[in-house]
Amino acid sequence: MLRFLFSRLATFFVTFVGVTLISFAFIRVIPGDPIIVMAGERGMSQERYEELSRQYGFDQPLLTQFWDYLTGVLQGDLGQSFVTKKPVWDEFFALFPATLELSLCAIILAIALGIPAGVIAAVNRGKFFDRALMSSALVGYSMPIFWWALLLIIVFSGNLGWTPVSGRMGLLYYFPTPTGFMLIDSLLSGQDGAFTSAIRHLILPTIVLATIPLAVIARQTRSAMLEVLSEDYIRTARAKGLKPWRINGLHALRNAMIPVITVIGLSVGTLLAGAILTETIFSWPGIGKWMVDSIFRRDYPVVQGGLLLVAVVVMIVNLIVDMLYGLINPRIRTRK
Amino acid sequence: MALLNIRNLSVDFATGGGSFRAVDGVDVTVEAGEVLAIVGESGSGKSVSMLAAMGLLPWTATVTADELTFDGKDLRNLSPSARRKVIGRDVAMIFQEPMSSLNPCFTVGFQIREALAQHLNLDRAARKKRALELMEMVGIPAPEKRLNAFPHQLSGGMNQRVMIAMAIACGPKLLIADEPTTALDVTIQAQILDLLTGLQRDAGMGLILITHDMGVVAETAHRVAVQYAGWKVEDQPVKDLFQTPHHPYTAALLAALPERATERRLPTIPGVVPGQFDRPQGCLFSPRCAFADDRCRSTLPPVQPPELGRARCHYPLMAPATEEAQ
Repeated sequence: MLRFLFSRLATFFVTFVGVTLISFAFIRVIPGDPIIVMAGERGMSQERYEELSRQYGFDQPLLTQFWDYLTGVLQGDLGQSFVTKKPVWDEFFALFPATLELSLCAIILAIALGIPAGVIAAVNRGKFFDRALMSSALVGYSMPIFWWALLLIIVFSGNLGWTPVSGRMGLLYYFPTPTGFMLIDSLLSGQDGAFTSAIRHLILPTIVLATIPLAVIARQTRSAMLEVLSEDYIRTARAKGLKPWRINGLHALRNAMIPVITVIGLSVGTLLAGAILTETIFSWPGIGKWMVDSIFRRDYPVVQGGLLLVAVVVMIVNLIVDMLYGLINPRIRTRK
Repeated sequence: MALLNIRNLSVDFATGGGSFRAVDGVDVTVEAGEVLAIVGESGSGKSVSMLAAMGLLPWTATVTADELTFDGKDLRNLSPSARRKVIGRDVAMIFQEPMSSLNPCFTVGFQIREALAQHLNLDRAARKKRALELMEMVGIPAPEKRLNAFPHQLSGGMNQRVMIAMAIACGPKLLIADEPTTALDVTIQAQILDLLTGLQRDAGMGLILITHDMGVVAETAHRVAVQYAGWKVEDQPVKDLFQTPHHPYTAALLAALPERATERRLPTIPGVVPGQFDRPQGCLFSPRCAFADDRCRSTLPPVQPPELGRARCHYPLMAPATEEAQ
């Protein structure tokens, strides 16, 4: 296990440097000079332009710029935003809890519904349940997210008035947010109704964000289950006279979990990085919108730092997934 | 009354190319304490008929039978939950591939205790004690240590012993062993067979041994049923069968045994078992039979009386094997 962890950490480091290089290069490939973007329509004099270039280090060769950036990163300094002049680090951690809260709720919902749906579909293969569940999964998978979100808003916020349209918290409430997680902070605040308000704000974005992972998990669970259900050990379990829920839910599902966990890990990655549409539609103050805005502003430090931090989070999720494999399937444990 | 009584059992599989009859009108009876061997080539329907009796076939299979009783209970119209009370407790089954027949995600101890928990009223400590006893009974050394081993950490022979321990956990009246030694080394094969026959004798349970190894049959069985292409072609006590086979197929099988060969080249049965699309009209064995005539090729053969080994043949053989086979 220790050797396994070490080898993973080594890859971790290589990926880390790779991501810094790519994020550094990518934003510079996009046409548009950050200083000119900063100046806006008014423009600026040549002297002022050169002065700013020197100040931000753009007059240096690219390799030197990268080296300065990399050494800064390794010392924990991601630089500061061109626009707000605040450290990237602070901005990220002010916004990231909102994204994390939403993503976690979404993935929990997707797992809680997707795995049982996949199991039920596999056990009833070819029957009504299977067809109904898999058709809805296909619809969920292929539906444009923004359209689905607007539809939900129209019905549940507009017509029925059950949920708020956007934001994370009702305007009636104001309290400090030490953790950044609205569910926790609203509980800590002790204000009546704050927690309910937090939940009501979470419902629609969670459903919207969970839709695609839910569909993917359900389909993956079904196909993995179908494969496992024809295995010899399932026949053995049936020959023992075990109850169906035990055969399907324990003997089969545990073996079917490996590909499902892979898909869950991948979904968590895309959720954290790609909740942009959902965050935009629901005015959710997370990192998705922050990153997109920074790209438009050519805010190099924010784009680089944001990409890097998201990549690190995704790598951590993958590391956890790798360790879960061994936990679920002992054959993988001993092979490593 | 027989322990297991199957009359006119047929199994059809829905396949891409239409329905395929894997078992066709097979009768099986086993008395308490009897060892029945079911012999046949791959695809003769020997495993399928037993899986059908256990209700373990996949959903593509349709099972019909005039009679299907175990210990006086009609298995055909038993509710699933009532069937689960019989399967695994009174009838148990072990399979060909011990490696893939055990769940790779759970320890062997867990899998043995699970069988006990399903059918017997034992508390945790008693289950563990009984699991250790069972592992000792089937000859697993250091059972205390093996209890927490996963199947992939044990050899094939050890895994088959675990399967046997699991099968006899609840003291079954009938044990069905589906080619239990095929996947194992020759030396291990003998050990597993000894174990099975020993357990069968000690517990006085019925044992159905599905195999294609005539040597195994001669050593262990009391009675032999020979299957061919979904038919049962012969059914005799083991001594009589080896002495006087009545069906040409049985005779040809015996002639192909190396111990019985008289020439340098081993006699073989020409041709292959008919598949889904090339089933002959009359007797299924007629294309490969040395004695077949026009009647064999056009008319379904009758089942001969017990004195003639219930041979499914127009012209059952009468004389001892050695001469007939030449």
